[in-house]
Amino acid sequence: MWQAGRTICYFDPMTSAASLRRTPLYETHQKHGGRLVDFHGWELPVQYEGILKEHQAVRAALGLFDVSHMGQIWVRGAQALAFLQKTNTNDISRIGPGQAIYSHLPNERGGVVDDLIISCFARDRYFLVVNAATCENDFAWLQKQAQGFAVQIENRSDYYGMIAIQGPKALEVVGLDFPQVPKLPRFGAVELDVLGAPGIVTRTGYTGEEGCEFIVPAEHTPRVWERLMTKGRPFGAAPCGLGCRDTLRLEAGYLLYGSDIDMDHSSFEAGYGWVVRLDKGDFIGKPALVRQKAEGWQRRLLGVRLLERGVPRPGHRVRAGGEPLGTLTSATFSPTLAAGIGMGYLDRPDLRPGTKVAVEMHGRQAPAEVARMPFYLSKEIKNAKA
Amino acid sequence: MPKPENCRFTKTHEWVCLEGAIAVVGLTDHAQREITDIVFVEPPKLGRQVKAGEACCVIESVKAAFDVYAPVCGEVTAVNDAAAKDPAVVNRSPHEDGWLFKLKPAIPGELNRLMDWGAYQEFLKTAEAHAGH
Repeated sequence: MWQAGRTICYFDPMTSAASLRRTPLYETHQKHGGRLVDFHGWELPVQYEGILKEHQAVRAALGLFDVSHMGQIWVRGAQALAFLQKTNTNDISRIGPGQAIYSHLPNERGGVVDDLIISCFARDRYFLVVNAATCENDFAWLQKQAQGFAVQIENRSDYYGMIAIQGPKALEVVGLDFPQVPKLPRFGAVELDVLGAPGIVTRTGYTGEEGCEFIVPAEHTPRVWERLMTKGRPFGAAPCGLGCRDTLRLEAGYLLYGSDIDMDHSSFEAGYGWVVRLDKGDFIGKPALVRQKAEGWQRRLLGVRLLERGVPRPGHRVRAGGEPLGTLTSATFSPTLAAGIGMGYLDRPDLRPGTKVAVEMHGRQAPAEVARMPFYLSKEIKNAKA
Repeated sequence: MPKPENCRFTKTHEWVCLEGAIAVVGLTDHAQREITDIVFVEPPKLGRQVKAGEACCVIESVKAAFDVYAPVCGEVTAVNDAAAKDPAVVNRSPHEDGWLFKLKPAIPGELNRLMDWGAYQEFLKTAEAHAGH
């Protein structure tokens, strides 16, 4: 079955385990039956008991994710803010100590070097969480841009482990040991003692649910994981793999760097114009983004929902009236909607939700429609936004 | 429905069992456990003539698509609509309610060239059984 021409495997089989990087939770995953795969050079669990079960645990109760592969970069110094303003599309002056913000690092052409979350702990002390695969490149890029700024940039990715705890019951569980965390607002950030080690907790996530992320010294990470699991188990906590991380984030309409955004697509084209603050002063790529905003764009990242059974995949083509419109950059089966969903750059930025299209899959044209994103938003987050 | 002991097996993890003159085909328990979370089954068309080893049915999990191959040559005489409607039945009951399709074998005795239960159990211990996933 697995040698089939049509077999699609998004997670590479583990052929060269020796060269793979391991997170501080590697033994924990092994001990608890995580199915380990090669994820962009990292040996991480794609699932424990099953993607559907873990997905549902996060939507109904809570789940724990090892996201230690993600990168952590400190930016410190008298000109830290000025430097971040220059290297980010979002207005970093909008956050003060104890607050975090989602942003894009633009290149000169208005493309995206990475997407990231920046926490402020003091006006001269900012903490960046970036994607795993792009971390080295981000660090080199930031260092290059830092010339002339009074800043120190430090890549501390190897020093930290990171755990995301997500779901409607996540904050209740976290509050048992860390009563200050549930009191944080969404996108709040705090430095605190985590079971005896200096850590950071942010009210952020990648699932569309409430929750937070723990960033602690690497060697300390297994203890934090075990404690959160022990406290969470009576509430229905599940250890989760990358498989459901992807289905959850896609339902929530979150971007996956390298698939949905990259150096060649702008934040506007991705539908993330809200992270581009053209009114904040100069920044890298601003002239290109100003031009693009004035002229408009020829393609836009749009959501697509299948109208019959089937599972769309990245790379499947989208058509309307026989005309090719674009290709899906992310797509999967949505466990919450029990339908195929995806997103992709379509050559018709004007298409409204409900417009009928077709997804070309396995040689057939599966009926689909343009869908509003996010595909799913939790009650808690919907209320918080209202 | 067929006990594993009464089935024959392919290296691509299909089971096949004779029910009178008709061969019933499904996925082995080992395969469903590897695939996990089956969310889509596209059975072959009724009346289709298939050759042994020909991809004729698609199974999709949340993460990946898999081909199912005809274990023997023949004509598709029935497909399991219940599995198409509720694909998780292939995970729950791979050897019984989760059967996939039925064939009228074209070559008498072809089925006997496949592995029996004991041979398949041995095959699962080899690296070849796990290649590519």
